[in-house]
Amino acid sequence: MSKKTISPFLLATLFLVVGNATAADYVIDTEGAHASINFKFNHLGYSWLSGTYKTFSGNFKWDAAKPEATVINVEVDVNSLDSNHAERDKHIRSDDFLDVKKYPTAKFDSTSVTPIKDNKLLVKGNLTLHGVTKEIVIDARPVGEGEDPWGGYRAGFEGTVTLNTVDFGMPGFVPTNQVHLELLIEGVRQ
Amino acid sequence: MLKNTDSQYGYFNIMAHWLTAVIVIGLFCLGIWMISLDYYHPWYKDAPQIHRSLGILLALLIVLRLLLRLFMPVPKPLASLKRWERITSVLVHWSMYGLVLITIILGYLISTADGRAISVFGWFEIPATLTSIPQQADLAGELHYYFAVTLLILVGIHALAAIKHHFIDKDTTLLRMLGRER
Repeated sequence: MSKKTISPFLLATLFLVVGNATAADYVIDTEGAHASINFKFNHLGYSWLSGTYKTFSGNFKWDAAKPEATVINVEVDVNSLDSNHAERDKHIRSDDFLDVKKYPTAKFDSTSVTPIKDNKLLVKGNLTLHGVTKEIVIDARPVGEGEDPWGGYRAGFEGTVTLNTVDFGMPGFVPTNQVHLELLIEGVRQ
Repeated sequence: MLKNTDSQYGYFNIMAHWLTAVIVIGLFCLGIWMISLDYYHPWYKDAPQIHRSLGILLALLIVLRLLLRLFMPVPKPLASLKRWERITSVLVHWSMYGLVLITIILGYLISTADGRAISVFGWFEIPATLTSIPQQADLAGELHYYFAVTLLILVGIHALAAIKHHFIDKDTTLLRMLGRER
């Protein structure tokens, strides 16, 4: 083989290796609580009521150069719901709504990620909640990424999605049947 | 006659007994009714508030009754009672005291699970203590229900026994709790 034929082949190999190396695996930093899954819904049509899921876990693959290759999987302990009022939480966990005894976990598995204008991402995937699996689309945006002060590397995202409770087999509690989720995600590169 | 004697209940004891009966049965009915209410029902907020307040007051009444028993023993059972009747009456009486207190404590643990105090009709507050049990409100809520149902079953047995003594045995068991002992 001459030098001429080797060089493009080497370059291609090098490119592939580099490409793979940057599509890194991240674990969502729930241990340090640098991630949260918050919800809010309308109260009586007059105001917002908010809460959070305290326990969840997940991971994602991310490469800023190839956002369409992003994959994200999250599992939520529905029991960990906290709206800062135990009796209300008890009611939301009951079989009137989330029925956590029957359906203790919710999960989201992305199926495709599409970059759109203004650095935004459309994260499509299947959400299983209350035993019902439905496709949802999360409006997401990378917040930033880089080395942290403690020798690690982190990447952060934010996302929002509006769920219709009736779609997931729950009654309409709020006038609009809608629950707005806010996802604040920070991952630590493995 | 205010105080108990060996054979008769004093008015204080009689009033405490019937007040307990009314509050226990009232709380049970109120509890069953309030959990069936729709979120938009006008009583959705007030019914549990009354239930909580009455529950705390009932706890105070029960503790007062137990303390009084130390200083003012209850009358002796009628001499006509059979051995098994004496034994079961003691068992049922003390089980009801125990169940009512446990039920109230469980109810307290529901309402205070997030650290909120219980306001008793706005007169005074009972602060939260235990708040760290996982899903405390749910767990305590379930137990609160089962203990309350068990208590009401014992209340039923207690009432049936009183009716039996009055109509079948034709003794003064019920009458002396009505202050009408001959």
